[in-house]
Amino acid sequence: MARVEAFPVVEETKRRSFLADLLIRLVKEKPLGTIGGIIVLLLLIVGVFAGLMAPYGYNDIYVGPRLSAPSPENLLGCDQLGRDLLSRIIYGARISLIVGLSVSAIAVILSTAIGFVSGYFGGKIDMVIQRFVDAWLSIPPLFLILALIAVAGPGMLQVILVLGILFGIGQSRIVRGAVIGIRANTYLEAATAIGCGTGRILWKHVFPNVTAPIIVLFTITLGAAVLAEATISFLGFGIPPPMPSWGGMLSEAGRRYMLMAPHLALWPGLFLAVVVYGINMLGDAFRDLVDPRLRGGLGRYDRARKMIAKASTNQAGEVMDEQLKNKK
Amino acid sequence: MGDRLLEVRNLKTYFYIKEGELRAVDELSYTVNKGQFVSLVGESACGKSVSALSIMRLIPYPPGVIVGGEIIFDDKDLLSLSEEEMRSIRGNRIAMIFQEPMTSLNPVLTVGRQISEALEIHRGMSNQDAMQEAAKLLKLVGIPDAERRVGEYPYQFSGGMQQRIMIAMAISCRPALLIADEPTTSVDVTVQAQLMELINNLRQEFGTSVILITHNLGLVARYADHVNVMYAGRLVESGSLDVIYSEPSHPYTMGLIASVPRLDLERAQSLHVIPGLPPDLTRLPKNICAFAARCKFALGECIKARPELEQVGDNHLVACFRHSEMKALAEVEK
Repeated sequence: MARVEAFPVVEETKRRSFLADLLIRLVKEKPLGTIGGIIVLLLLIVGVFAGLMAPYGYNDIYVGPRLSAPSPENLLGCDQLGRDLLSRIIYGARISLIVGLSVSAIAVILSTAIGFVSGYFGGKIDMVIQRFVDAWLSIPPLFLILALIAVAGPGMLQVILVLGILFGIGQSRIVRGAVIGIRANTYLEAATAIGCGTGRILWKHVFPNVTAPIIVLFTITLGAAVLAEATISFLGFGIPPPMPSWGGMLSEAGRRYMLMAPHLALWPGLFLAVVVYGINMLGDAFRDLVDPRLRGGLGRYDRARKMIAKASTNQAGEVMDEQLKNKK
Repeated sequence: MGDRLLEVRNLKTYFYIKEGELRAVDELSYTVNKGQFVSLVGESACGKSVSALSIMRLIPYPPGVIVGGEIIFDDKDLLSLSEEEMRSIRGNRIAMIFQEPMTSLNPVLTVGRQISEALEIHRGMSNQDAMQEAAKLLKLVGIPDAERRVGEYPYQFSGGMQQRIMIAMAISCRPALLIADEPTTSVDVTVQAQLMELINNLRQEFGTSVILITHNLGLVARYADHVNVMYAGRLVESGSLDVIYSEPSHPYTMGLIASVPRLDLERAQSLHVIPGLPPDLTRLPKNICAFAARCKFALGECIKARPELEQVGDNHLVACFRHSEMKALAEVEK
């Protein structure tokens, strides 16, 4: 009779919002992703508060001796014009952040729009759109970027737009696939049957089903966009000087004075690498967490095992003792 | 029975697929009166669901097209309405319950949102009002602790409860016509009975007409006023419940009734089956009786011409050349 109590009682889990749940699981289950998250958070803070953090302005010339090594006045040294490298890197973080977030936002909105139209309506519309996307993807991306920038002219806004469109069109494939995956479901038919129009179905029924891949898409694009901005700035087509972009700093100061002042190449390169690594780790962790097929990592298993172990040692043990006593 | 609510006249829904023209529903005519419980019975793939989807104008195009006929509802031909006018009828005047509650509920939306949606669309209710109404509806369909559970997701409910939620969604706007497409196929028999009882109570409470699509003749016997038997996209027999069960006049109807497993017979006796399979609708010749190949009583004439529906009694239609002999033939068979 008391036996039933031996079963571990499954506690009713508290219902959290999707994002809160994601963050908690990120910290619990994905150490590398957490590190990535911290890096992204730092980038965010540095980018937003660059004006307060940087000891000098990004274009203040002769704040220290030209090409000087790190010193107490200039913690990371100075570049060829005597500008403080640390200040430029801090402001560079802001540029990376602005470009990364804007590009990802444009890309996600564009790919969602294209993916929804293509995936949901299908048929001829899908055919036409997808052949255009095929053609777009067949052009080498760097060539496409340089050609578009050449047309649009230099500047941050142009870089953002070009990269946003480039990533958006390419990634519309992923959204399209996700939409096709849920289009066949009866609940969309059921939604039609209660009188929903197409717009309502797309926004209220399809969209909530593809938010997970879209979040992942956003984080993946973030890393790629930061890298792409650095690439085209390195090639001299990106953010025009004197605005400090990590990619631009690498080529302008770093590459030219590499033998005389290696720190000019080292620091921007290192920051770029660490930030992109962090973003990618965070993106990977998000993907693992939201993909139901990859769900149930060690964290969950561990928790379940502990629960069973606890239940079996306490309650079951007591129950068994009780039963033994009764037999005697 | 009183006023006419729905009249399907000569409905033809064809699918154009690789193999050719598939006449999923052909020359189907029937009526539903206000408050009536009509049942549409037949094997799988005989066009029952397609005929229901035709009423809702939810036939996927391509490949499906409603090529002809009229669906008169509220004195309007639904087939001549614009998509927008149709949208204001769906979920509002005509509602539908789908077969599989697990796949018919959106997994990422709370059930409250899904129930309240029709109210927002058709009644212009605010989100909050609609949510409160959703809670009332949940209570109405018998889900305990409704106020709390409106905020839960479909996976947190059992199959039977999910079907109750589907019913709550369907009746939220007090539709005049409720189409239930095999609402109980995916639940066990006790839940089946509860769900049917629920649908029937709601019908009585709100005066809703019901079209029940099923192959479960037990359910039909218990609740339906009128039975329409479909075979290969056509109506083969139509009559009031008593007539269909007491004197079925089409061999297919007789076969269906005989196929119902009975607990009061010897176990050793094998279950009755209708031999053969439903015909391939793309290759069915137009001028024969579609059931002839499986019919015990088929004669030469059955494959020379197609029997049309004939009035054989009060409120009783049959499409069979030998309907008058059927009673005697059935006796001989026994």
